[in-house]
Amino acid sequence: MTTSFLVEHAPALMVIVPLVAAFISPLTQRFAPAVRSLLVGGALALTSALALLLASDVFAHGTRIYVFGAQAASLAVPADSGGIPIRIIFAVDPMSALMLVISAVSALAVVLYSLAAERRHSGLGSFYTLFLLMVTGILGMVSTGDIFNFFVFLEILSIASAGLIAFRVDGGVAVEAAIKYFVLSTIGALAILIAIGIYYGEYNALNMALIAQRMQFTLLDQLALVLIVAALAMKCGAVPMHFWTPDAYSMAPSSITALLVVASQASLYGLFRVAFTLYGITLNAACVGWLIIILGVLSMVVGVTMAIPQKNVKRLMAYHAISQTGYMLLGVGVGLAVLGNQPLLDTFGYMAMEGGIFHIINHAMYKGLLFLTAGAIFYRIGTYDLNRMGGLGHSMKWTMVFFIIGALAIAGIPPFNGFASKLMIYESVFAFNPILSVIAMVVSILTLASFVKVFHSIFMGPVLPEFRDVREVPAPMLAGMGILATIVIAFGLFPSTVVDCLIAPAAHALADQGTYIAAVLAGGA
Amino acid sequence: MIFNLPLVAVVALVIIGLATIVLKKNLIKIFLGIVVLESAVNIFLVALGYREGGIAPIYTYAPAGTMVLPTPQALTLTSIVIGVATTALLLSFATVIWKKYGSIEVGFLRRLKE
Repeated sequence: MTTSFLVEHAPALMVIVPLVAAFISPLTQRFAPAVRSLLVGGALALTSALALLLASDVFAHGTRIYVFGAQAASLAVPADSGGIPIRIIFAVDPMSALMLVISAVSALAVVLYSLAAERRHSGLGSFYTLFLLMVTGILGMVSTGDIFNFFVFLEILSIASAGLIAFRVDGGVAVEAAIKYFVLSTIGALAILIAIGIYYGEYNALNMALIAQRMQFTLLDQLALVLIVAALAMKCGAVPMHFWTPDAYSMAPSSITALLVVASQASLYGLFRVAFTLYGITLNAACVGWLIIILGVLSMVVGVTMAIPQKNVKRLMAYHAISQTGYMLLGVGVGLAVLGNQPLLDTFGYMAMEGGIFHIINHAMYKGLLFLTAGAIFYRIGTYDLNRMGGLGHSMKWTMVFFIIGALAIAGIPPFNGFASKLMIYESVFAFNPILSVIAMVVSILTLASFVKVFHSIFMGPVLPEFRDVREVPAPMLAGMGILATIVIAFGLFPSTVVDCLIAPAAHALADQGTYIAAVLAGGA
Repeated sequence: MIFNLPLVAVVALVIIGLATIVLKKNLIKIFLGIVVLESAVNIFLVALGYREGGIAPIYTYAPAGTMVLPTPQALTLTSIVIGVATTALLLSFATVIWKKYGSIEVGFLRRLKE
């Protein structure tokens, strides 16, 4: 009874729980910080549990629809509305379910870490308000089936992220980074709003499934596509709109940086959702696919070459994040380029998309882990400057182990998860165009080279006199990193199980526009 | 033709807004450019829902005839609220920059470059 109730209302509860907890957090802070910690941790644990429950239901029974303000999902299209779903609808298909699980679990790991790491700072009541609002924005973006609602959650996410990037004013430098991020996000969001206006003017609808069904791909639709793709590619940090990324990632508190990585994956999800579900086979798939592939290759190459000379460990990791986003764009872009050509899609298209989507989940895990280790090092020694670090392997053994796991995973070394998804991308992209695959491998080698250098300068060498008293970080921080590291290893050891059970249904759901439309307009599968 | 005038205004405001954001060096002016851009989008949304000779979409005691579309107005209202939050946050950033750097010229925002 309780379980069926929870499953039925899970899509709404996933957004409501963090949203309510966000505004209770400053109140509990007044009574006791311990209560606030319990509230924040409990809210995210509940959200993760709901995400897992919902995902298991979606993977077993197909797309789940939640209609706000209606008694049942079957009322998605009211009888007297002329075939238009007038209410706000959440549509959780396997792709959304996967993103919900990734976001909720990473947020839980990050909050465990952050409860310990931020303990010494002031203003924590509002810090966690913004933190939970960010989680709300991410979860809403990946589960909504209404394009205007998508814009609202995107704005919640942007405003909360900007506040958090600037949270440690840091002599004004953090605010500088936040201004860059926020001005760009606002312009991007307004571009998306213009595109939404175009859709509404043409099709009288805001529901993605209905727009997709009525899609004509006129000149105006092409303009709307350009606006949305440009805005979301900027939000996920693809070259040539990447310049806010290193600043924002390096100035935000480390736990927030790990969450910003998840947020960029949510924007990437939005990009794929628009390209595949909203437009699908009506668009000139080869052309848009190639555009996304080119964005991906540029991001891979520019990201890694900019990363190599960096001296600040978080800026370096931020450039690597740009480079890794390129892999996802490459994989899914290849899938998009052959969309509508069933034989090619079956030979390598689905595999490329699976590789790209698998890389999204892997990247969220190992990149989050790497940013958390950078934060752990900062927590003890107070600097991100690689030239001033050294010999920390003697005292911070667990942090070193987690860093090695993250670094090997990002470089694509077996048996870690980065290898599994990169191998799928190499193989399938090679069948599409061998040169792209070669570029991807070279970028991977450069990534490894860069992380070997970083590892050596942080952890190796004799104990430096100024770091003689450095100790390991507190247990909750290690626990947060431990959750992510466990997932990195588990996904690396059993990639085929993960791909078969989670990734393949998500990739097929993304490519199959007809099923999504039918599911939403019929009120759930 | 006359009903295309709002759309002409939208294009003009978008160009003015973007030009202000790109060309001005003062943070407050850049943020004003964003506000102009927001207004342009809001006018676009409201103009989409306008029907010639339409009345406000309130059904109680409504005379017969066309009504303007209510949905774009709801969208615009949401967008205005988000715009207020955005502007408030941007201005608070400007005050912090003023306190820390003693200037709100973009030229002074150079400390991040390494």
